[in-house]
Amino acid sequence: MTTIDRPTYRIVGTRPIRPDGVEKVTGKAQYGADVRLPNLIQGRILRSPHAHARILSIDTSEAEKTPGVFAVLTHKDFPVAEDKIEELGESAVNLKELSDNILASDKVLYKGHAVAAVAAINGHVAEEALKKIRVEYEVLPPVLDVRDAMREDAPLLSETRFTKSMSGQASDKPSNIAAITRFQGGNVEEAFAAADHIVEREFTTKMVHQGYIEPQNSTASWNSDGTLTIWTSTQGAFVVRAQVAEVLRLPVSKIRVIPMEIGGGFGGKIPIYLDPVATLLSKKAGRPVKLVMNRTEVFMATGPTSGSSIKLKMAEKDGIITAVQAEMAYEAGAYPGSPVGAGAMTMLSPYNIENFVIDAYDVVVNKPKVSAYRAPGAPVSAFATETAIDELAKAAGMDPLEFRLKNSAHEGTRMVTGVPFPRIGHEECVRAALESPHYQSPIEGPNRGRGVASGFWFNAGLQSSVSVAVNVDGTVNLIEGSTDIGGTRASLAMQLAETLGIPYDDVKPIVADTDSVGHNDVTGGSRTTFASGLAVVEAAKDIQAQMISRASKLLNAPEGELRYEDGAVVSSDGSKRIPFAEIAAAQGRTGGPIYGNASLMARGVGGAYATHIVDVEVDPDTGKVTVLRYTAVQDVGTAIHPSYVEGQIQGGVAQGIGWALNEEYYYNEDGTLANASFLDYRMPTTLDVPAIDTVLVEVPNPGHPYGVRGVGEVPIVPPLAAVANAVAEATGHRFTDLPISPRRVVEELHGLA
Amino acid sequence: MENFDYLAPRSLTEAYAALGSGRTSLMLAGGTDVIVQLREGRKQCDQLIDLKHIPELMSYGFAADGTLEIGAAVPLAQLYEDPEVRRRQPALCDAATIIGGTAIQSRATLGGNLCNASPAADSSPALIALGALLVIGSDRGTGEVPVEAFFAGPGRSSLQPGEILLQVRIPALGAREGAYYHRFIPRNEMDIAVASAGVRIGLDESDRIVSARVALGAVAATPLFVPSAAEALIGQPATRETFEKAGAAAAAAATPITDMRGSAAQRKHLVSVLTVRALERALERIREAR
Amino acid sequence: MARSHVTTTLNGVETEYLCEPRQSLLEVLRDELGLTGTKEGCSNGNCGACAVLLDGRVVNSCCVLGVEAEGAEVTTIEGIGNADKLHPLQRAFLEEAALQCGVCTPGFIVSAKALLDAEPDADEHRVRWWLAGNLCRCTGYDKIVRAVLKASAQMQEA
Repeated sequence: MTTIDRPTYRIVGTRPIRPDGVEKVTGKAQYGADVRLPNLIQGRILRSPHAHARILSIDTSEAEKTPGVFAVLTHKDFPVAEDKIEELGESAVNLKELSDNILASDKVLYKGHAVAAVAAINGHVAEEALKKIRVEYEVLPPVLDVRDAMREDAPLLSETRFTKSMSGQASDKPSNIAAITRFQGGNVEEAFAAADHIVEREFTTKMVHQGYIEPQNSTASWNSDGTLTIWTSTQGAFVVRAQVAEVLRLPVSKIRVIPMEIGGGFGGKIPIYLDPVATLLSKKAGRPVKLVMNRTEVFMATGPTSGSSIKLKMAEKDGIITAVQAEMAYEAGAYPGSPVGAGAMTMLSPYNIENFVIDAYDVVVNKPKVSAYRAPGAPVSAFATETAIDELAKAAGMDPLEFRLKNSAHEGTRMVTGVPFPRIGHEECVRAALESPHYQSPIEGPNRGRGVASGFWFNAGLQSSVSVAVNVDGTVNLIEGSTDIGGTRASLAMQLAETLGIPYDDVKPIVADTDSVGHNDVTGGSRTTFASGLAVVEAAKDIQAQMISRASKLLNAPEGELRYEDGAVVSSDGSKRIPFAEIAAAQGRTGGPIYGNASLMARGVGGAYATHIVDVEVDPDTGKVTVLRYTAVQDVGTAIHPSYVEGQIQGGVAQGIGWALNEEYYYNEDGTLANASFLDYRMPTTLDVPAIDTVLVEVPNPGHPYGVRGVGEVPIVPPLAAVANAVAEATGHRFTDLPISPRRVVEELHGLA
Repeated sequence: MENFDYLAPRSLTEAYAALGSGRTSLMLAGGTDVIVQLREGRKQCDQLIDLKHIPELMSYGFAADGTLEIGAAVPLAQLYEDPEVRRRQPALCDAATIIGGTAIQSRATLGGNLCNASPAADSSPALIALGALLVIGSDRGTGEVPVEAFFAGPGRSSLQPGEILLQVRIPALGAREGAYYHRFIPRNEMDIAVASAGVRIGLDESDRIVSARVALGAVAATPLFVPSAAEALIGQPATRETFEKAGAAAAAAATPITDMRGSAAQRKHLVSVLTVRALERALERIREAR
Repeated sequence: MARSHVTTTLNGVETEYLCEPRQSLLEVLRDELGLTGTKEGCSNGNCGACAVLLDGRVVNSCCVLGVEAEGAEVTTIEGIGNADKLHPLQRAFLEEAALQCGVCTPGFIVSAKALLDAEPDADEHRVRWWLAGNLCRCTGYDKIVRAVLKASAQMQEA
């Protein structure tokens, strides 16, 4: 581990057992699908068999008559939705489109689009009732590929959608291109004219899914007093509340969202799919209703991230990358909102490149609406740039890591948006990669190759609130509202214990419901340990101030002569000292409960870099790529709990390997997702990834008291390109289309396509 | 899932009686295919007949002539955990150890894998190559059919109404015989064969091939027995060159389709690669056994 | 539809329940018996989140009918250990940070227990092979494999 200017901490940097761990290894932890309530009934959803069709009529009468059925729902039961944009943290959503995606109104835009719902005594009865709903469709031709959808003669998903550009002008004809954004700097024409080498490539990637193991779920109870309670697995209970309030036109105060444990999200559990349906079914049925998707529904109708098409031209002169021209088109799915902008904003961020023009197209197609997926937009744009950089390094006769180091961005380098970087750690990552045992060891044997790649992802700041209650026995309750998706109860409790100078085991964190803590934005954007951590530190300082005030009474000393230090209040001359537990015990007679709060809009985000090294072996006869060895170097700021930081990195790498080699949405021509199962979607198993070595580089973020940078997302950015670069070394063939599946490799190497 | 009756006959007589009731029946052995198919609406039945309480279907053993006789409802794990089965029929275990993951193999059976009649099933090419026979029973008696004659199309076996697959009989391998089953999957486990090859060869004293059987999976509407590949082997020396000719014959016989699991061109190419590799490994087994 | 009466030994306790033939063992455990530690990830045998032990063998409870458990011994995650007496695998998962979201964890622990019961000295490749039917999307498997190997070492010492 490379540590740069980092103080030594008592708790930060250690590896305690997570507070929710025992419940999770014993099966006691309650996830969304585990909710059990009196009179609970089950809902099921009818989904479109067509990828593109107009709904002419829906007849639910037979379903309603089925014994055991309590309620049937269609979009007619929804209030008319407003055409306005709601910010969700990592993404934004148009409420009309959100509402239509939850239950289709006039048109179905992808196979699997929800059209009706039933609540019944059990799931089997609900499924039987679904079969009795008659939907009349006017089937329309679907458009499935981003480049096809951009053609002028393409079938239109909406006749009223016009292209938006930065200047706000709409196109004069309806289009599937929802938006075009340009990022521009310097003069690319001059730079290309003066270049030593130019690489020009076209890249394509397919839609891929987040692949969380727990399907979406929601249980809703419409209460007799007109309030609503929702139990669900979500990355942000407050964002669920906001979306449900908007879609159903309910006052926010009447909705209570109880966040259950969440079985993975990776961005895919930010949008809502089921909650309004469960709510209205419950209202109609007069009973609480649970909806849980099956895996096919998860694949067909939630998640994925965009398929993409990127045309890239990059120039080098004297070992310096001098120009980049890119035209990138991302599939948004059924409604606008692909992460193409983030892809464009991150693709050059590891480097200092003077001249660039990037055009980013957001394009709708007859496939599910995309949602955020770990560093949304960045992995596929990095796939393009990091491939081109690899080729330019070769052309320039330089080691690929040395080439990246020479071109690295650093503090003050401007992003493509013109904003200068604060202190960042890309150079440190590349240096650590160069020095790593992996890179220092040779790669030997036939059909083997080594690849490297770098990546960048933002940190989000956003809003966090926490409360801290000090108990008379000296323990504290940490009441937070950030979904714990992989260890943040631990990382927040550790920051609290560190700041208060008390034992980690004395902190009991809970993730509270929306009635019980101030607003918190989603667990997303790699923000929770950073931003909610900031709130925790602020609340701890609030506690410290109250402790000083109470100690002043107990010690008969003026507050100005006291300071908080190592879990106690001490006088400035050191003569008097009263520990945390004693002040806590005396709180009742020194002014009442000691209770700290912090609510903030987090500033001072760090930004995260990673550089990955991978060795592969390719079987030229079968086209199979085996990952032999993997090392992921990352600037993690300060690793609060190193085990969970490593875990984030290893998990992101495994997802990236899956994306690079096998995962893809495979559509038949009629718009059927042919591989909507874990069997055929082919996520990596234990046998498909090697041990994943991590190198934690700590370049503390000056914007956080402990130097935290968000670590969760950037690990998925480099693997696609790193694997592709390794395959190129192993085979001598440059694969520019993902996945680099056995089919693609064998067809390419043997000229079969 | 549509509802159905569950029957657990204790004898074949009871099972045949249930089958003769006139209601639509499906057999339940390990359940790893049929339960999922019922759940996903891909199959329906009035009654599901659990075969696991019929003693004949739950036992296996070697007959006096060395034939391995396996009750149709014996779980795969029970077979491949038996050292004798592994030693005497390794190619069966090549298939049995890769059908699904560990939790599937605790339940899944040869009978179920065969009756599910997937063109990509792992046991089928292995059993065809091994020259296995299937014992089929009904209230009219029992009969035998070679595995290669058991399949009628994707998801369809040649079982007639009232019939139950009772037993798989795998003849013993001779001293100079070897067999291997090899499949290709994009992942390293938990996947369906993109293509597969099962082979059995027998050599004479001079390492000339005197007997051969080759079968393929996932490259036709049914598991495919390929006599032309065997013809390319018999009478020839057991060399790479000979194996490649058999691989070419196998590829010529394959009629694969393109789907989400692989392309037709990829599959044709793989057939040749897999056949050659399976033959090489079968040869290794003969040499190791010496 | 008439419900069938089933008697089974569930986590060491004789347990009776009624179920429809179409109900999976997973459904019975979760919806009828309230044992929600066994998770549903795919309901077609491809993720291992619903793994339980049936007569000592690991099975996907989504691919077993509730009625099939008649006379059988069923062990779920709830029967493997509790807060006062964690199984070495559970302890190792905690110490090695082998879980993030935790939803696949019960399946992994149940499956790994079956492995270590059968092969106490399983090496890394055997562990990876045995657990290939259990999908995890959070960890990249590295820490899970380490945890199982650690538990194996501890169980052999004990």
